[in-house]
Amino acid sequence: MTLLENRSADIPAPREITTKPRFSDRVFRTIVTSVGALSVTILTLIGLFLALRGFATFREEGLGFITGFEWQQYTDDGGNRVSNLGIGAMLIGTILVSIVALVVAVPLSVFCALYLTFYAPTKIKSILVTLIDLMASFPSILFGMWGYFVLMPSAEYWAKLLNKYLAWIPVFDVKAPLFERSPFIAGLVLATMIIPIITSVSREVFSQTPLDRIQAAYALGANKWSVIKTVVLPFGANGVVGGSMLGLGRALGETVAVYTVLNIVYAPNFQVLFGAGGNVASHIISYWSDATEYETGALLGAGFVLFLMTLIVNFSADFIVNRAVTKGK
Amino acid sequence: MSTTKTQIPAPSRPWQKTPREVMPTAVILLVSLLVVAAIVEFTELKGKLAYFLLFLPIGTAAQFFWARYKYGTKAAKDVIASSIMMTGAIAVFIPVISIVLTTFVKGLPGISPSLFTNDMGEASFIDPVEMGGLLHAIVGTLFLILISVLISVPMGMLTALYLTEIRGPGSRFIQFMVQAMSGVPSVVAGLFIFSAVILTTPLDTSGFVASLALSILMIPTVTRASQEVLLLIPNDLREAGLAMGATQWRTVAMIVVPAAKSGLITASILGVARIAGETAPLIFTLGGADKLNTNPVYGIQSALPFYIWTGFRLGTPESVQRSWSGILVLLVIVLVLFTIARLVGSNSKGAK
Repeated sequence: MTLLENRSADIPAPREITTKPRFSDRVFRTIVTSVGALSVTILTLIGLFLALRGFATFREEGLGFITGFEWQQYTDDGGNRVSNLGIGAMLIGTILVSIVALVVAVPLSVFCALYLTFYAPTKIKSILVTLIDLMASFPSILFGMWGYFVLMPSAEYWAKLLNKYLAWIPVFDVKAPLFERSPFIAGLVLATMIIPIITSVSREVFSQTPLDRIQAAYALGANKWSVIKTVVLPFGANGVVGGSMLGLGRALGETVAVYTVLNIVYAPNFQVLFGAGGNVASHIISYWSDATEYETGALLGAGFVLFLMTLIVNFSADFIVNRAVTKGK
Repeated sequence: MSTTKTQIPAPSRPWQKTPREVMPTAVILLVSLLVVAAIVEFTELKGKLAYFLLFLPIGTAAQFFWARYKYGTKAAKDVIASSIMMTGAIAVFIPVISIVLTTFVKGLPGISPSLFTNDMGEASFIDPVEMGGLLHAIVGTLFLILISVLISVPMGMLTALYLTEIRGPGSRFIQFMVQAMSGVPSVVAGLFIFSAVILTTPLDTSGFVASLALSILMIPTVTRASQEVLLLIPNDLREAGLAMGATQWRTVAMIVVPAAKSGLITASILGVARIAGETAPLIFTLGGADKLNTNPVYGIQSALPFYIWTGFRLGTPESVQRSWSGILVLLVIVLVLFTIARLVGSNSKGAK
């Protein structure tokens, strides 16, 4: 009897269970959450500040800032500032260079990713993957200098040949025989810069191809190429598109490499082999050092346009890649 | 009873190609190489690149016809696919090797001990390479890296902790934003800091302001790499911590972060490698000095990418030689960082 009484005295009173975090946890959560929101803040601030500084330009130039093919500013005899600033020609240049880069980089990267995922022996594979990661961390000015001193001499020769035999295709025609520092060569340099990005994203998606589907295809008598064609490529197509768009985002905003290789001329130029062109980013740095205050505002406005372009491309890329990765599960 | 020795059959590898099967391929490749050499010799297509560009279609076509004759169309397509992919992979790796080799070949002649002890205060870029050096640029780059690390590593890791530990209602959105932020072009980061700091606050171009611009590029890299590591920490560890009565804060600080330590170090190093060679933001924010300046908050500074950039823009043989030497130093820094990141990263995987 006494034993039972003692035991009942030991039983603790039922305590209240609460999910309310302690004080230290609340502090921790507040700090981490507020830092977590930092990326949103920074992105908003970037948009806000650039738009604000470029506002005077947007108001004065209107839509001509996007579509205009001239970049002139001078003071006339009456002392009035006359300005006609538009980044249209540079937008064309940006798109031209990026298209060349994508046309060269996407097939090579996809072949390389397929080789790494399905053909390469394990040892070679790990070396090659390391090399690709290393390539992604090379500084852009290194790509630029390499492109100028090593790639350009041979690429120029090939550009001449392309022009000689394929000039009947409008893209390969040139106004004057000036093949140095052309958008074609800049595109090749950009291609080497974005290949690691596209390759690693594609490789990741290819390697997530469900094994049972691959084995099912082999069991039906497929050889390696048929497996890739009927199983891997349909599964990984979205990943390749998304990876290419990530690469495009990098190519659109690349500054130093393009500036080093390309002959920056402010004029609309659709001919890839002709040695003149530019992109928005390289336009900004080439006009930066002797820009007037108004022009600086315009260049900041150009930065805003560039920011919006890359943001849209990156958002769609993330969307596509995420869909590609979750689809297989 | 006689003991018969049991015959152990030698392991045969039926999938392995016999010399008889390999021979035709080798002959075909050799013949197509000769054809390519003839084309290079007698037409306008010249150079090493010509060999590569011609060998790809001719070699592939020759293999295709042989395989079709021998094994049928399906197998021939398979042969084509594998040789195209191999060529693609080779084409991707030629630039990497070419870049590294060029940098060493062109950069080494300009490397001397005096390069690391002098600045450009008394020399100009067009002087002979023996005069002046890049001490100021190396010191500047070290300051940039140090300040960017002090800013970006805590920020990046806390963001990663938010995404993996707190998993608040906004984490999907923030994940999206971090990815968008990693796509911000470096020139835009520079312009932003220029308009938000230099135009708005009394701060002028300096190493500190440049580090702010670099941090914008570094934070998302650190976040994404740390997040990947933190996701690898098994949930059991977290639950064990909580079951022992620890608060979430103690669990994260004493269990999760120590377990992920080497991965987090790798993440920081990858972030540093990302920004060490950035040039575009520095053009707007650093100023670019020729003299050694050890005060990152006041006065203009220099950095290796800026030094390389200046030398290249001047375009004389001496200044370009200076650029190549600068690039070699920069590349060595990147290679060292990359190797350390790899070593630390592979150690952490081996421990599990």
